[in-house]
Amino acid sequence: MATAAITAERENYLNQEYGIKSWLLTVDHKRIALLYLLSITFFFFIGGFFALLIRLELLTPAGDLVQADTYNKLFTMHGQVMVFFFLIPSIPAVLGNFLVPLMIGAKDLAFPRINLLSWYLYIIAGVLMLHCMLTGGVDTGWTFYTPFSTAFSNTKVIEAGLAIFISGFSSILTGLNFVVTIHRMRAPGMTWNRLPLFIWAHYATSIIQLLGTPVIAVTLVLVVLERALHLGIFDPTRGGDPLLFQHLFWFYSHPAVYIMILPAMGVVTEIVPCFSRKRIFGYNFVAMSSIGIAVLGFLVWAHHMFVAGISLYAALIFSALSYLVAVPSAIKVFNWTATMYKGSITFSTPMLYAFGFIGLFTMGGLTGLFLAALGIDVHVTDTYFVIAHFHYIMVGGAVMGYLGGMHFWWPKISGRMYPESLGRLAALIVFLGFNLTFFPQFILGYLGMPRRYWQYPPEFQVLNVLSTAGSTILAVGYLLPMVYFLWSMRYGKIAPANPWGASGLEWRTSSPPPTFNFDQAPMVDWEAYDYENIPAPEIPAPQISAEEARIAG
Amino acid sequence: MSEHVVPLKTNVAVWLALLVLTGVTTGVAFIDLGPLNTIVALVIATCKALMVVLIFMHVKYASDKLVKVVVISAIFFLMLLLGLSLADYSTRLL
Amino acid sequence: MPDSPIAVAHHNPELQHHFADMEQQRDASSLGMWLFLATEIMFFGGMFCAYLIYRLWYFPEFAAASNSLDITLGTVNTAVLICSSLTVVLAVHAAQIGKRQAQVIYLALTLVLGLAFLGIKAVEWTSKFKEHHIPGASFHFEGEVPGHPGQPVDQQHAQIFFSLYFAMTGMHALHMIIGVGIFSYLLYYAWRGRYTPEYHTPLENSGLYWHFVDIVWIYLFPLLYLIDRKK
Repeated sequence: MATAAITAERENYLNQEYGIKSWLLTVDHKRIALLYLLSITFFFFIGGFFALLIRLELLTPAGDLVQADTYNKLFTMHGQVMVFFFLIPSIPAVLGNFLVPLMIGAKDLAFPRINLLSWYLYIIAGVLMLHCMLTGGVDTGWTFYTPFSTAFSNTKVIEAGLAIFISGFSSILTGLNFVVTIHRMRAPGMTWNRLPLFIWAHYATSIIQLLGTPVIAVTLVLVVLERALHLGIFDPTRGGDPLLFQHLFWFYSHPAVYIMILPAMGVVTEIVPCFSRKRIFGYNFVAMSSIGIAVLGFLVWAHHMFVAGISLYAALIFSALSYLVAVPSAIKVFNWTATMYKGSITFSTPMLYAFGFIGLFTMGGLTGLFLAALGIDVHVTDTYFVIAHFHYIMVGGAVMGYLGGMHFWWPKISGRMYPESLGRLAALIVFLGFNLTFFPQFILGYLGMPRRYWQYPPEFQVLNVLSTAGSTILAVGYLLPMVYFLWSMRYGKIAPANPWGASGLEWRTSSPPPTFNFDQAPMVDWEAYDYENIPAPEIPAPQISAEEARIAG
Repeated sequence: MSEHVVPLKTNVAVWLALLVLTGVTTGVAFIDLGPLNTIVALVIATCKALMVVLIFMHVKYASDKLVKVVVISAIFFLMLLLGLSLADYSTRLL
Repeated sequence: MPDSPIAVAHHNPELQHHFADMEQQRDASSLGMWLFLATEIMFFGGMFCAYLIYRLWYFPEFAAASNSLDITLGTVNTAVLICSSLTVVLAVHAAQIGKRQAQVIYLALTLVLGLAFLGIKAVEWTSKFKEHHIPGASFHFEGEVPGHPGQPVDQQHAQIFFSLYFAMTGMHALHMIIGVGIFSYLLYYAWRGRYTPEYHTPLENSGLYWHFVDIVWIYLFPLLYLIDRKK
């Protein structure tokens, strides 16, 4: 343990080179992951800021905080920033970039320079979006429905559309990099069946990124052209069909939600076996269900259009297909639960987030089935029921998965341990704050409160106040990790190579890893999740503190 | 993938076939085949595309199946977009 | 040919540090290009979807508008692109057998043919401009529905055809321009002798891109130019 404790002083990817150029011109996937970490955290707080303004306005039934037009901009920009600049990149660009080469035993991704280009495209898109927001914003809803977006809105639709177009290419290039890396750069002995399921999840995600994103890209091009040149492709007063826009938009945007959730499922699949000290139950099922979600996810998009004017027969088909896509997700939940059964559970911070994920994702997913039923959908579509549904999955699911993953791999990324008790406290605050924010919204939606409205009948106020109260608690829960992660970089205990006793190649190199990941190229001759061969560590692990390491080293 | 060198003769033969098919496409367009005109045009286009993909782009000679899977997957998902959209458009009452 | 893992000292200078050998590098970059082409299939596919729907809805106007396109120039352009695909294949072949001069000639021919395509496109678009067929404020379509000379032509429906025509051929032309840029770069490095039988991956992969752009045109041509030409 003593030698492992001095790992902070060894040469690693963080201290190998200093200076802003070494970061901005890096091709090291681990440094690029950290560049993304900073950027998406920044946009998370921008999106969160809009959310807080929305919740503040909704404290009272009257529209008294902002004007109606401004409110339209608030929910639009909240959605756009959260979807395109936080949720879609988050886990793949931060954890995926960092871990994919490590987990498969490679020195880097297949195309390191394209990885850096990916980040720069994201930044350019982000700057454009910021400029758009600061010079007037957009008010079309994140869904850009035509003909309002193309013919009537007098906000900066073209600029926002271009920003999202560019961010889409960032996403496509990340997906491309992952697929090639996973196919071509696995270490000797790392067969497909020995891959961590995190890798399978990212592979499936990348397929969606590659095949879906181009469709929204070309759709945005058409929207920009239509708006600039007054064409009629999507405008019924000019011979066009607004539903064509919706078909093309949702063809990507539905699979996009699987881009947002699959990586989080991959994270949970790494955390649960580790803190149950048990191999994952049903490896093949979990792997195949990831691919299943990716494929089936492309077959259901018109369930966002049930009341928009599609034919009844199309609605029936898409409703049936939407029920089908729930099956692979359910399979995963069964597998996680079966893994925990008769396992030796530790309620560490990552495990708390995993538990939160499983419960909240299941609730969100089940309410999706409510929405897939045509009769119920007619009643609750465009109400707060839908908002609650997708926030349960995106926030209760994806964000919790992201936070769980950040805690799980923080020792590997930074070489430091975060304070475990604060971590558990923050997880609890997030869970409580989340439920208080979003559970009332299911009820509000069922009772008939429409979404995207800035005023509401007074009888809805109590539930809205509860929701706003919850959102402030949630905000505290999100701020805490930021504070203690930063604190840990200087004062946290030095992390050993494998503080959790986890399986996986990334834990067999130092924390933080050297620039080229492994001192010696790994040769794999063991199966994945071989927890019967790994002794359980003490958690939190007794390590020497940063002070002691400085004195010793 | 570059291990196999396609003989020059094959490449020239494909080129000639492509030019001939182009002429045929244009010529057939002036013959009244009713609804078959569109089908014939698309069939010819697909034959041309297949020749380019298989020979010029080496897919026929690829040592592993991955490239074929990639191409077929992309076409499959495109067909999903076109097909399921048509499921709506072709069953609308108007 | 793969480098021996033992002979680390003499690896190919084109080998990037994170790859084990040239074969892995070549396989990775080739797969990367194919995946990119898959994304392009979906990108153009979105516009083909829009085209499909409106062709079904507005067939008479689509036929009328299609008949106003210059079928000779369209056919010639198709032939030009097919010839350019051949010259690309011949350039790669020349690299495979180590002929630098031939590489340069075929790459230069490819460039000439690509520019010829763009030139003919410019001629076509200019005539569209003169006929007021460019969508926008001054759009006005005077054509006839084939076989139904008296039938009124809905201006909006015709404009949708031309919106899609310019969007699709414009996007295709943009890809051609990018291709011309890439091949200029390749021409320069081929002339400098960079591409050998051991390393010509950029030629191969750029060739794949060029062939793809050719295939998009192979579909665009009949769909845009040959609607209901029989009368």
